[in-house]
Amino acid sequence: MSAQAKRFSGANIAFGVLGWAVALLMFLPLIWLVVTAFKTEAEAFTVTPQLFFEPTLESFKAALAQGGGYWHYAWNSVFTAVASTLIGLVLTVPAAYAMAFYPSKRTDFTLVWMVSTKFIPAVGVLVPIFLVYKTIGLLDNVWGLIALYTAMNLPIMIWMVYSYFRDIPKDLVEAANIDGASMGQTMRKVILPLATPGLASTGLLALILAWNESFWSITMTNHAASTLPVYIASFKSAEGMFWAKMSAASVLSIAPIIVLGWFAQRQMVRGLTFGAVK
Amino acid sequence: MASTTTHDTATARAAARREKARRAPAKWLLAPAVIFLLVWMIVPLAMTGYYSFRNYNLMMPSITGWAGWTNYKILWSDPTFWSALGITLLIVMICLAVTVGLGLALALLFHRNFVGRGVARTLAVAPFFVMPVVTGLIWKNMLFHPAYGLLAWLFRTLGLEPIDWLAQFPLTSIVTMISWEWTPFAMLVLLTGLQSLPEDQLEAVRLDGANKWHEFRHIVIPHLGQVLYVVVMLESIFFLTSFAEIYTTTSGGPGTATTNLPYYIFQGTFVQYDIGVSSAAAIGAVILANIFAIFLIRFVAGNLNAGEAR
Repeated sequence: MSAQAKRFSGANIAFGVLGWAVALLMFLPLIWLVVTAFKTEAEAFTVTPQLFFEPTLESFKAALAQGGGYWHYAWNSVFTAVASTLIGLVLTVPAAYAMAFYPSKRTDFTLVWMVSTKFIPAVGVLVPIFLVYKTIGLLDNVWGLIALYTAMNLPIMIWMVYSYFRDIPKDLVEAANIDGASMGQTMRKVILPLATPGLASTGLLALILAWNESFWSITMTNHAASTLPVYIASFKSAEGMFWAKMSAASVLSIAPIIVLGWFAQRQMVRGLTFGAVK
Repeated sequence: MASTTTHDTATARAAARREKARRAPAKWLLAPAVIFLLVWMIVPLAMTGYYSFRNYNLMMPSITGWAGWTNYKILWSDPTFWSALGITLLIVMICLAVTVGLGLALALLFHRNFVGRGVARTLAVAPFFVMPVVTGLIWKNMLFHPAYGLLAWLFRTLGLEPIDWLAQFPLTSIVTMISWEWTPFAMLVLLTGLQSLPEDQLEAVRLDGANKWHEFRHIVIPHLGQVLYVVVMLESIFFLTSFAEIYTTTSGGPGTATTNLPYYIFQGTFVQYDIGVSSAAAIGAVILANIFAIFLIRFVAGNLNAGEAR
């Protein structure tokens, strides 16, 4: 039976219907969010859900308007996510390189220790970080947030890049050594070109995790350095008011990351499982 | 004879020195990352431990000094702490059961070959990429709301009394939201596991005339065992620290019905300003996370050695 014929066999049509039903059910809350974003405030706030209405960009305009708030938080989100990802990569690449190609007796210990820091819950270090940040003026400061996001993602990033480096044949490094290349040259000319796709997906994963992070952003910022999750959370007590605007702001906050996430599905799995599932 | 031995040791020593020189830069490459993690994770953790033995309340700056075990004793006799601990564990257990169960079912479903499978799977995965704050507000306002939510409308259409989900079933509501976000993750990882099933083994049992259940029980499940383990351990770490979903919807209430450990510590720090007691609770949270983490780390370390044998 050809693959095409198999797709249309009785059982698979039944599974197809079920699969689509489940997928749409999972996606329904997001569809409803998008639909609400295109309504007026009056239409968004009705006892009987309005399915037929004149779509309007009013709420998007309100969110994006001067003083609407979105841009300030969006800029902070972009800046903190990108900066923490870049700093993370700068710290990750040399560390992963050293452990993958120059393993010592302590390498295994170091790797396991790095994972273990991931399991210190954020609340476990909340109090001292809050007090120290308050003392040295890093409270409500983007760089304070960037440092936290870098620390939060670093173990996952190192593990992920390490697992990509280990897939590179060691012979290549040895050949470069015999040819008299320095460590820096080997890294730049041999390893990095081969690992570029791996580094890109590691960066993507760090970007997504930093963008969606809310605990540190809620506790460590007030306004100046606040990111999109703080902005969205500020709608939490708006009982029935600004639902359409909230929806529009939410759509604008999650759409870019959902699109990136769809591209990075496999890499997310690999990174979040510490390279155990590829 | 003696001279050759000396010569050999000299060569060996020279080789060792060369090897050491070659490795020397490796240590410096590793240092920045290690120092960064020390400064941002380990030093604060030590400070939390220190504060947990101090009298330290931002509202009462005059009371300072060593507290001994007082902060821990206060926690021990605080019923809210124990309920927070119980709620934390409940959230972890129920969310694990739901996400792994549904995730496995969905993975098996999306492993089938049907029309538009790729698109359907992509839609089903989307909730995982939604920021938890948005998840909280979507469910609170658009689905759970007793008057204007979709569920209330559905109940009225069916002639039933609408339910105020967040007030009447607060913990169920929180668990539903977290599971909505994490089922796609379990599904994705398990699907990746299914796709790497050893085809030859499947062929072999099929030739032996094994039925579907037999195939599932004896080939699929053992193969997925490792993958399942990763999902369970990883999710438990995230579920232990659930915060945004609670912060945006119930704020820990009604009463303390949805106050888990992270939320309890958050309130202790930013509402009661009690640094000492909050730190003691934080140490409790770290211990709890480590009980879960020990299993994962053992697994990761085992995986590391398996990788070496490759």
